[in-house]
Amino acid sequence: MNAVPIEAIHADLQSKFSDMIGDLRREPAETGTAYIIVKAEWIRDVCLYLRDDPQYLMNNLNLLSCVDFREMKGQEYQGQLGVVYHMSSLQPVGDEWKTIHSVAIKSYVPLSDPHIPSVARVWRTADWHEREGYDMFGIIFDGHPDLRRILLPSDWEGYPLRKDYKVPDYYNGMKVPY
Amino acid sequence: MGLLNKLDNIESFETGNFVFSTVESLLNWGRLSSIWQMGFGLACCAIEFMAANASNFDMMRFGVIPRPSPRHSDVIIISGTVTLKMATRVKRLYEQMPDPKYVISMGSCSNCGGPYWEHGYHVLKGVDRVIPVDVYVPGCPPRPEALLEGLIRLRDKVRHQSLSKA
Repeated sequence: MNAVPIEAIHADLQSKFSDMIGDLRREPAETGTAYIIVKAEWIRDVCLYLRDDPQYLMNNLNLLSCVDFREMKGQEYQGQLGVVYHMSSLQPVGDEWKTIHSVAIKSYVPLSDPHIPSVARVWRTADWHEREGYDMFGIIFDGHPDLRRILLPSDWEGYPLRKDYKVPDYYNGMKVPY
Repeated sequence: MGLLNKLDNIESFETGNFVFSTVESLLNWGRLSSIWQMGFGLACCAIEFMAANASNFDMMRFGVIPRPSPRHSDVIIISGTVTLKMATRVKRLYEQMPDPKYVISMGSCSNCGGPYWEHGYHVLKGVDRVIPVDVYVPGCPPRPEALLEGLIRLRDKVRHQSLSKA
């Protein structure tokens, strides 16, 4: 299996999914890691395609992370939440397993209604990662098999990693601030 | 008889066979010599706590034996960051321990919140907001020697407690 550069993956995705695929970007430009922007509604189909297409076989989701972009002034994604997928293809080469190629994908969801399809049925890894995203950012992963809080207690109010989060004065009768 | 000779108000007779003591000092001696701890660790302090239990520092020479149940334990060593989620569990474990019971707060996190004092939305800023603490051991994390010092301070406290107040 041959390594495919991210530019080729991006061109192929654009031909396959047309305008559901956005630009290929680097941040900072020139030196940064490249990522592909995908419309949130199509993230599950794109991920499934990347996992199953014999060219790519992205069998490993390295990381699913969420970002609060509300303070990114001057960017078109200002005021949105982002979900970032890092995936790679792990294949046996001789005696050992090696990363053949990898790709990063970003999606943006509005703060007012943060819904995105779940990829927990594509990679089991995404199950707990999406629960943590829901726990910390309040992003609703539609179609997730068991979307509950994973780290915080189930009666917690609010999403702590959002930029507008205020620490509660009391939790279950225990004073929280110092 | 070596240990018994160290008790207060005690006289051994040359003919042997019997000793005088008070109920209070005998009970206190028994309690301070078998402080059974709860086998319970929360965060990185628990690593030092385990080192204190292991052969180099050998906490067992003070009669400290890790117990698997709060109902067997005399002391609970809060070794690490007490999150708000854990605080309710810590309180429940403390309530399940039989009297007399003691608490050693180990490390900055359980003393006062430690590095999480300002931005830790999830951390209880000191375990003494939930349960009463007898001995605070400072450090981040404290060395096993510091924990042993805390244990010796707790033994001093137990040695001088009175039945009428306890």
